[in-house]
Amino acid sequence: MTKEEKYALANRVIDHALESGAQQVKVIINHNQSNNISIREEKIENLEQSIERGMRIYLFVDNKYSVHSTNRLDNRRELNKFISEAIESTKYLAEDEYRSLPEPGLYYKGNGPDLKTCDNGFKSIDPQQKIYSAFAVEKEVLGQDERIISVTASYDDGMSDTVMVTSNGFEGDRSNTYYSLSASVSVKEGDARPGDYWYDSSVFYNQLEKKGIGKKALERALKKLGQGKIESANMPMIIENRLAGQSLAPLVQALNGSAIQQKNSFLIDMLGEKVGSDKLDLVDDPFIISGRGSGLFDNEGLALKKRTVFEKGVLKSYYIDTYYGKKLGMDPTSGITTNLVLKPGDRNLEEMIASLDKGILVTGFNGGNANGSTGDFSYGIDGFLIKKGKIVKPVSEMNITGNMLKLFKNLAEVGNDVYKDAAWRSPSLLFNNVSFSGL
Amino acid sequence: MNFNRRNFLITSGAAMAGTIIIPPFLESCSSQKISPDVKNYLEHFQMTTDILGKIISGAMSKGGDYADLFFEHRISNNISLQDGKVNSAGSNIDYGVGIRVLKGDQTGFAYSESMDTESMLDAAKMAASIASVRGAFNNDIFSEKVPSDYYSIKTTWEDVSVKDKVPFVQNINDKIFSLDEKVIKVNAFLSDETSYVLFYNSDGRLSYDYRPLASFGAVCIMQKGKQIENSYSARSYRKGFEWLSEELVDEIAKEAVDRTNLLFEATKPKAGEMPVILGAGGSGILLHEAIGHAFEADFNRKKTSIFSDKMGKRVAENFINIIDDGTLINNRGSLNIDDEGNDVKKTYLVKDGVLNSYIHDRISSQYYNVEPTGNGRRQSYQYIPQPRMRSTYMEPGPHTKEEILAEVDYGVYVDNFSNGQVKIGAGDFTFFVKSGYLVEKGKLTEPIKDINIVGNGPQALSDISMAADDYKTDNGTWMCGKGGQSVPVTMGLPTVLVKKLTVGGINT
Repeated sequence: MTKEEKYALANRVIDHALESGAQQVKVIINHNQSNNISIREEKIENLEQSIERGMRIYLFVDNKYSVHSTNRLDNRRELNKFISEAIESTKYLAEDEYRSLPEPGLYYKGNGPDLKTCDNGFKSIDPQQKIYSAFAVEKEVLGQDERIISVTASYDDGMSDTVMVTSNGFEGDRSNTYYSLSASVSVKEGDARPGDYWYDSSVFYNQLEKKGIGKKALERALKKLGQGKIESANMPMIIENRLAGQSLAPLVQALNGSAIQQKNSFLIDMLGEKVGSDKLDLVDDPFIISGRGSGLFDNEGLALKKRTVFEKGVLKSYYIDTYYGKKLGMDPTSGITTNLVLKPGDRNLEEMIASLDKGILVTGFNGGNANGSTGDFSYGIDGFLIKKGKIVKPVSEMNITGNMLKLFKNLAEVGNDVYKDAAWRSPSLLFNNVSFSGL
Repeated sequence: MNFNRRNFLITSGAAMAGTIIIPPFLESCSSQKISPDVKNYLEHFQMTTDILGKIISGAMSKGGDYADLFFEHRISNNISLQDGKVNSAGSNIDYGVGIRVLKGDQTGFAYSESMDTESMLDAAKMAASIASVRGAFNNDIFSEKVPSDYYSIKTTWEDVSVKDKVPFVQNINDKIFSLDEKVIKVNAFLSDETSYVLFYNSDGRLSYDYRPLASFGAVCIMQKGKQIENSYSARSYRKGFEWLSEELVDEIAKEAVDRTNLLFEATKPKAGEMPVILGAGGSGILLHEAIGHAFEADFNRKKTSIFSDKMGKRVAENFINIIDDGTLINNRGSLNIDDEGNDVKKTYLVKDGVLNSYIHDRISSQYYNVEPTGNGRRQSYQYIPQPRMRSTYMEPGPHTKEEILAEVDYGVYVDNFSNGQVKIGAGDFTFFVKSGYLVEKGKLTEPIKDINIVGNGPQALSDISMAADDYKTDNGTWMCGKGGQSVPVTMGLPTVLVKKLTVGGINT
């Protein structure tokens, strides 16, 4: 389906819904393609291709609200019937005065910069070249160490096209591409078979790092041999940049309008309050060129803006969409995160490690959760014990337990090694006085 | 479950996502002997045996060893309540066919969301390219496999309107508010899903399934002074609309309120290794994480599981029997046929303490030369099947809960969980405890909450020193994730004692 055909279909669906009793409508049409090639034992293990289309329809009927989706787009009669029935069933719901499309004045109006989120050459890349690149990743590892028991190398790519139209004047579309090469390696010594992975990803094919991925995965897996738990204690913790973004998740979740209005947040009524250490400087920037979370408008059509979320530990902004904004009596700010950027510090990971007398470098999380209303958390971890500035032993089968507010008050240092392969771009982080449980 | 034609074409004006697929006029299936049941499913997907034969031949055209087609039409609905009113609803329709070709242990896969022969042939050819020899394959075998009947229902979800469902969700809200003055918010939901499945493979096996699934639950949010706590309770089954009742509403409401109440007084235990008593029911998460995933045969075939050389060996005390079962009546994890068209079985993973069977899909059962166990599952037609759990549980043991408690001087008793995870090779697993109790000198004392427990699979399994006679299944809304795919599962356990696990907590 071309972009024009998607717009035409979206507008036709809106017209039909308005004629059938809806007062406001939003339609999103998605078209995604992806390929996965995985290599094992010098053979292709999986070759997968996926092409999907789907439509999501948001209905506002007599102050009542529902959302419907289908991948049956070709038969006009069937689609019309789907919409008419959806409208009829929406009428059985309770009224909700806060439901409506956004104020048109807040919509993105077009003419934004090119954020370079789409590789237009996506369809012209030779499939054989993709397969060879995955074989090359595997080849870096095979035969390199006799403790290797399994190697899987994968090539993945994907392209998604989205068109969004609302009945009160928004029209917008976006296209995104991604490419990734990855390796996962398992090694064995005794009974345990630890493994690790490494990958690179990019928006443009020619920016994809194709070398060193297998080697790096193997190095990481081998370093884990002999891992085990150590005495329970309170110690400093460094979280490696690749994982550090995840540690922000409970904090960011607590800023969400829905969490605040539903009393499932530990940051209610905290705007302007100091909730973290001076090192907590977090900006939400939708305009980073080729950023994984970059965009010009959000899932409601609201124009995105760069904003400060935390400044020297002080909470500056919540994530408020139109619905929860009305319920809370607050202006909508957009309810989605784009690229989250933690302000980098001066030292790299090695220097941070060297600065510790004793502590743990966390390189993997294993389950766990956080309580949204209180911020209490407990996560499984593995990583490395640091003594006198040096890594001395791989550790595993341990937990960290505490409270998010206390954890971020104990944020002692932010590294300079910003991780750029994710929308949440964090450098490595150092926290003081974290409770580890082990033996 | 058998359906007459009416069920396929029902368009009751009130059903949220009607099942209507407007069919072209079809010739009745030519020379093949086809039962009325299969004929209904063929018509549902606008297929004939001729077209099936054509597509499977396309899939086998480059010399594959085996190919299968998985047609699926899934209709999902949900309604939800916030701030006292049932004020949001949704529906979803997914429709397509997954085409898979195997060459040894290599897999080619593609799917089509359009049922025209040309689109399906394109997908078949893409999947075929995992093999590279030109081969001729002509399929004219159609061997019907009648599915089991583990989830017959009275009233299908397609026959029910939003209007019929709203009162139950409203009642659960009102019930929760009536039970405790501290309640400040309730989030409640009811979701249902109906899947039509048609399966055909290059061996000629032709089968079908009708899969209902419904979930009903609520989050209760309470405030006491400045402290706010919440907890969740839900039930899920392959049952029809007749499942909903006032008793069910009361059961879920009471559980959500009781669980939340416990949290106000809860503390954290000491950090470190200690005995852990797993209460009957949801503690089956131990089996799912510590053992179940590591028993999945793909990990063992690739030697990446910590259990890969333990088949036939003692892994637990001799009173321990662990089962993965796809045959429990109306269970969320049950299937009448698995997603590779195989019979679904009750599989002893551990029998009398000895590792008895892995969890198999087609590729692994051929690799190990064993009968398929019926564990080949996929999230939908868009994904390739993998060996996956269904309902994983332990049979009752010889002890009592009282005897188990009496064994523990200082430890924890846990029975309410939110999630878990495992690292297959290292064997390290975790599960997150929403609430439980400290155990001091054989007695439950202070409540505890929000702690992660971590252990190592083989060690934990051999450290189960006692199992009680009070087995319980947890029929909550458990979703199991693996390799980017989610499938519904359940779990169960009698009260057991694990000699030691590492408990998240406070260092004093």
